[in-house]
Order: sequence, then C-alpha cells, then structure tokens
Amino acid sequence: MRFKTRGVLPGFGLSLGYTVFYVGLLVLLPLAAMIIKASSLGPSEFWTKVTDDRALAAYKLSFGSAFAGSLLNAVFGVLVAWVLVRYRFPGRSIVDALVDLPFALPTAVAGIALTTVYAEHGVLGEQLAKIGVKVAFTPLGVTMALTFIGIPFVVRTVQPVLEEIDPDVEEAAAVLGASRFQTFRRVIFPALLPATLTGFALAFARSLGEYGSVVFISGNMPMRTEITPLLIVTKLEQYDYAGATAIAAVMLLASFGMLLLVNLLERWTRRAEA
Amino acid sequence: MSGLVTQRAKSAQRRDTQIGESVLVRVLLITLALAFLGIFLIAPIVTIFSAAFSKGTGPYWAALTQDDTLSAVWLTLLTAGIAVPLNVVFGIAAAWLISKYDFWGKSILITVVDLPFSVSPVISGLIFVLLFGARGWFGPLLSEHDVKIIFAVPGIVMATTFVTFPLVARELIAVMQAQGSDEEEAALTLGASGLQILLRITLPKVRWGLLYGVILCNARAMGEFGAVSVVSGHIRGLTNTLPLQVEILYNEYNFVGAFAVSSLLCALALVTLCVKKLAEWSVSSRQAKRDASARALAVPASSTVSLEGVIP
Repeated sequence: MRFKTRGVLPGFGLSLGYTVFYVGLLVLLPLAAMIIKASSLGPSEFWTKVTDDRALAAYKLSFGSAFAGSLLNAVFGVLVAWVLVRYRFPGRSIVDALVDLPFALPTAVAGIALTTVYAEHGVLGEQLAKIGVKVAFTPLGVTMALTFIGIPFVVRTVQPVLEEIDPDVEEAAAVLGASRFQTFRRVIFPALLPATLTGFALAFARSLGEYGSVVFISGNMPMRTEITPLLIVTKLEQYDYAGATAIAAVMLLASFGMLLLVNLLERWTRRAEA
Repeated sequence: MSGLVTQRAKSAQRRDTQIGESVLVRVLLITLALAFLGIFLIAPIVTIFSAAFSKGTGPYWAALTQDDTLSAVWLTLLTAGIAVPLNVVFGIAAAWLISKYDFWGKSILITVVDLPFSVSPVISGLIFVLLFGARGWFGPLLSEHDVKIIFAVPGIVMATTFVTFPLVARELIAVMQAQGSDEEEAALTLGASGLQILLRITLPKVRWGLLYGVILCNARAMGEFGAVSVVSGHIRGLTNTLPLQVEILYNEYNFVGAFAVSSLLCALALVTLCVKKLAEWSVSSRQAKRDASARALAVPASSTVSLEGVIP
C-alpha cells in the first residue's frame, strides 16, 4: 500500500478494494466486452459498417443537432445564470430549482411532452405552423429535444463562477469609463468563457447519446430524422449485433473524446479562477 | 472563509447600487431568460398534467390502475429497490476513498467513476446484451443453465444500476471534499473505530448530500428509458418499467394513459428538485452558522494545531 501518500483515517484498503471491484465488474468489464467485440470485426468490415450512407446521415444529424442545441444553451445558459445570480425577482428560487428538471425528468416523459407541445396541433406547434415552421418530426424537433436535455449544464457551470467574480473589477472598469456592455464584453465574458465552454462540451456530450427525449419528436425516418443511438437500437432489433457494436464504438470514441476535452476545459477553468 | 456569505451579500448590494444595469435592461434580460425556460421547461410540465387530466379524473385513475400499468409500477419499484442501495453503498465507499486519501491513480479512478455519464444510454444497454444476450459472451452458458438475463428482470436491474452508478458517489464526493476531515481525525485521536467515525460523524455530516444523491439516483433509476428499453424486450406485464409503459401507451395513441403514467414520473422529478433545494438551503444556513460561531470564538490562526504527523 505504498502508493497511498496521505490520509490517516482507517478503511483505505477496504474502500479501495470495494470501489475498484465494483467499478471493474459493473463498468470496465462490460465496456471492455464491447470494445473487444468491435475490434473482432476486422478493419475493412468495421469501416464499411460505420461509413454506410445511413450511418453517415445519422452522425450528421446527431452531431449537427447536438451542436446547435448546445450552442443555443451556451447563449441562453449564460443569460439564465446571469439573471439568477445578479437579479432578484419573485419566483427566482423556483426558477433556479426548475433548471435541473432535465436531470430528474425521465427522458421518455420529456419526449412525449415536447412532441405534444410542438406537434401541429400543440400549444406552441400551432403558432409555429402559422408562420410556416414545422418542428415535430423534423431535424428542428431533434434540436429542440437536445436543447431541453442540455439546459442544466451551462447554467450550473457558469453560475458558481459568476458568483465569485469580484465587483471591484467591474467597478474599476466603470471608473475607467467603460460602458456596461463594454465591461461585460471585455471583463466579465472572458472570465466566464472557460466555464461556458465546459458547459457547452458537457451538454454536447450528453446530447450526442440522448435517446428517450428524441425518439418521439424526431419521427425516426431513416436518412432524415434518425439519430445515431436510434440506429444502434434498430440494428439490435434486427439482430445485427456487429453493425450495432461498430456504430456504438464510434459513438463511444466520440464520448471519450468529449470527456477528455471536458477534463482539459475544467483544468483551464480552475487555472482561470486561481 | 469566514463571512463569505455576508461578504457576498454586500458585494451584490454594491453591484446593484453602483454598477448595475438600468431597470429596462434588467426587465428585458429577465423576460428573455424566463421566456426561454418557459418554452423549454414550463410548457412540457403543464402539457403533461393537462393532457393527463384532459378527460377528467375518472379516465386518469382508470389508466393508472390498469393491470399492465400496475405491474410496471411494481417492476419499477423492484428495479430501483435493488439498484439504489447497491449504488448507495458504492457511493459511500468511493466518496470515503476519494475524499479521505491521496493515492496513485486517484484522478483516473474519478474519471472511471464518471464514465457511465458520458456513455449513451443505448450503449449502456448494448454492453449487457453483448455480455449476456443469446449470442453474447456468456449467452451459451446462461441458456445451458436456463438463466435469462436479457429480456428479463436481471438485465433491467443491471442496466439501471450501470446508468445510475455515479449519482450518489458524485454528490458525496463533492460534499465530503468540501467539508474536510478535521472532525474525523479528532474522533480518531479520541479512540473511535473506523465504523464509528463513518456512522456517527461522516454520514451525519453529509446527510443532506446523501439524501439528495439517493433521491436523484432513485428518480433516475425509476425513469431510465434508453438502456432499459434495449435490454427489456418490451414484454407487457412482465418486463415493462414505467417509462417503457409510457412509450407503449403513447404509441397506441392512448394519450390519457401515457400522460397519466408520465404525471407520476413528473411528480417524482419535481419532488427530487424540492429535496435538492432543501439540501442547498440547509448547507448554506449551516455554513452561515459556522461562520458566525467562528467569528465569535475568534481563535487566532496560528493556534490551530495540524493533526498531520501527530498520529502515527
């Protein structure tokens, strides 16, 4: 146990042993099984499976709408965090609590609710249909669902940073003659940028894999509104395990890439705070 | 550390009076933010409840007391009843390990604990199909002994446990790291055993974080859809959890039924958010109390003795 460097409390061996055992059994073993299965395909077979037209269309939709949804969240997330931290208004703490709803609400419930809201005869769908915008069963619907899923991420990463910003710097900027907008753009925004990007990346990563909230509103037309996770499910239902695993491996690689990026961004955030 | 809360309040006041935005800008920004949240958060919640009760309370109640729905309720309770305790025990062990010691590979361990968050729910289901499905690694072995995991309850429990795995650990790690181990180390010098320290000091100290972790883990376990839908096989009355029941009813155009079941899950989510808010309040009020007592005692910083090195 020489690799333990600090800590005097008892229970190191027990908690380490149990944690590693549980993580190994429940997380690492199944993921390893998938990676081994994917690598048993052989490079040319793997490549054909992950680059057929239907898969490419699915990646395009998944990455595109996840990007659009997360971008929308980056803009409105900063706005919501700003309003919650800086202003006092009735119902503020209820609004603050509701931000976490997409974490707690089952995705299937969110999915059917959003579909009903944005369907042609839905509350908002009807208004949008009047101006010629169709949401349900289009790529726009997918983006809306992914925006819903990503709401907490940017708000919750930006909020603590915004709380910690010292008013002195804003005062200094004001004293030096900066307008309020200039102060935001040149002083506050740079301080918020690392946290905003972290939140964006987290929302993006979550949106890439999202399934439940999207399948109802998307309409699931192959080549048009079929997201990658749904393609995996479809292949599984046809007992095409190899095809499902190959595409899952691509998605897993993308999520690990995002995880790495998030870690780097968080390190940057901490450095920016220090 | 001390007086952070009051200092924050003061600085907020200073911002308001000297460098804040004009009232017009404020109202505009608040309206924009609320409009965004209204479209994406409030509208779906209102829709769930209004659709559930659109034909009155009679059909609502009938939809909930259908046989298939009741068996889905039972399976959901069973799944959460197994997955949540497993993840609570793991969460406590992992949080103790990560917050009380420094060791080689700690940051790798933290990353691995978070892994299930970044894996698509569909993939979380797929990995168990690859392990235990008819054509999976252990498939032949399982069918030899007539054990069914995929398209049966054990698979649902496994996938749910995987998906909700980091939730308790994450909450506890954050709270325990923030609170430090001074009290635990003091108890150790007074002769407490490890179990006594855990049960009588650490767990009471983190009780709100633990409660929120458990409630969130429970809500997610009851609401998991993607992973469970891959491993369940959708056998009515047998392997349908509540979210899968929502899907089936919705696809059968039984909207009242789908939204009635949804309203249960939505209520669960709203309760979860309330508990989170309560937990935050209790932590911040305790922090304020601690700040006040720290000021009253006003112990000079140099007199605090570090326990490190004192204990063998």
